[in-house]
Amino acid sequence: MPSLRDIKRRIKSVKNTQQITKAMKMVSAAKLKRAQDEIIAARPYAEKMLSLISSLAAKTPSESHPLLRAASGENPKTAVIFITSDRGLCGSFNAVLLRTVERFLREAEYGVNLYLIGKRGIEHFKRRDIEVVKSRPYGSARPKYGHAVEIAHNVINSYLGGEVNEVRIIYSEFKSALAQRPVVQKLLPITPEKLAEAEEFQVEMLFEPSKDEVLSSLLPKYVEVQVFRALLESSASEHGARMTAMDSASKNASSMIGGLTLKYNRLRQAAITKELMEIIGGAEALKG
Amino acid sequence: MAESFLLEIVTPSRKLLSKDVEEVSAPACMGEIGVLSGHAPMLTMLNPGVISYKKGAESGAIAAGRGYAEVLPDKTTILIETAELDSEIDPESARQSLSKAEDALKNLTQDDPGYQDASDSYELALARVRLKERHKG
Repeated sequence: MPSLRDIKRRIKSVKNTQQITKAMKMVSAAKLKRAQDEIIAARPYAEKMLSLISSLAAKTPSESHPLLRAASGENPKTAVIFITSDRGLCGSFNAVLLRTVERFLREAEYGVNLYLIGKRGIEHFKRRDIEVVKSRPYGSARPKYGHAVEIAHNVINSYLGGEVNEVRIIYSEFKSALAQRPVVQKLLPITPEKLAEAEEFQVEMLFEPSKDEVLSSLLPKYVEVQVFRALLESSASEHGARMTAMDSASKNASSMIGGLTLKYNRLRQAAITKELMEIIGGAEALKG
Repeated sequence: MAESFLLEIVTPSRKLLSKDVEEVSAPACMGEIGVLSGHAPMLTMLNPGVISYKKGAESGAIAAGRGYAEVLPDKTTILIETAELDSEIDPESARQSLSKAEDALKNLTQDDPGYQDASDSYELALARVRLKERHKG
C-alpha cells in the first residue's frame, strides 16, 4: 500500500510529464503547419518541371537518354533512399517505416545499396550486415533543396556508373495530420507512363540550345525535385505523427492523474476516518 | 501602352513572383533575350545573372542562378533553383559572397570538375552585387 506522500509525488511527476507532452504537441502543430505550407509552396515548381519533361520526353524516343532507359547492368542491384526522422517520440512513425524497409529488403531479389537519411534509420542499420553507402542525419531545420540535390546526384551517378540498375525511395507520405503512409517509389529509371500523366503542350516550341540538351539537363532536376518532395512530405508526416502521439500521451496523463487523485482522496479520507475512530475510541475508554 | 503578359517565377521553395508585365529580359544560354507579349513559344536554359522586367514606369529585377524559361505568347514561366528579389538582397553579404566566389574560382582551372559550379556561383554573386549597386546609383 503506497503512502499518501508517494501518491502525491506520483501525481506531481505525471503532471510534469503532461506539461511536456502538451508543449511538444503545440510545437509540433506549429511545425506541421509550416511543413504543410512548404509542400504547397514547392508544388508549382514540381508541376511545371513535370509538364516540361513529359512534353519533351513524349517527343523523344525513350532510348535517347540514359535516365529514361532501363539499365541492363550485369550485376543487378537496387539503390534505396530511406528517409526517417532524427528524433523519436512520434508514435509509430519510424517503426512503420522500418517495417516497410525490412519487408522490402526481405523481398528484394537483388542486392541493395542503402542511402539513409535520418538518425533513426542509421541507428537501426548500424549493426546490420547491409551495405550502407551514405548516411546523414535529417537535420533539425527545414529540408533544404540543396540536400535533395546532393542525394539526387549521388544516386544518379551510381545509376549512370552502372553500379545499380534501379533507384527507389522509401518515405512516409503525408495524407493528413492523423494519417501517414509509408510508400516505396521508383525514382530511376524514369518511366514514360508516369510522365504521360501530366498535361502536354499543344504548340511546337523552339528549344535553346537544343531539345536533347534541354531534356538531359532537365531529367536530373526531376529526380532532385522528387527527392525534395519526399523530404518535405516526410517532415510533415513526422510532425503530424508527433502531434497525434503527444495528444494521446496528454490524454493518457490526464486519465492517470484522475485515477491517482481519486486514490489519493480515498486514502486521505480513510486516514482521517481512522484517526477519528481512534480519538473517539480513546475518549470512550477514558469515560468508562 | 504595350500589351502585357503574365510573368511567373517559381523556385523549389516558393513562388517568387506572379505579375503582369510588358517586357522581360533574361540571360538565356545563347545570349540575352528580351521577351514581349506575343513571343513565339520557346523553351530555353538560363545562365546565372539578372532577370529584369518592366511594366510602364515600374520595373524590377531578380538575381538568379541557373534555370529554365518557358515562353508562351501570353505567359512566361521561369524555373530557377536559387533566386532573390532585389529588395531581399543584403549588400554586405552579397559583396562578401562575391569575393568568396572569386577566390574559389581563382584556384580552379577550366578542366576541374568543380569549375562549372564555382563559376556559376560567381556569376550569381556578381548578379546580386550588380543589382544592389544599380539601385544605389
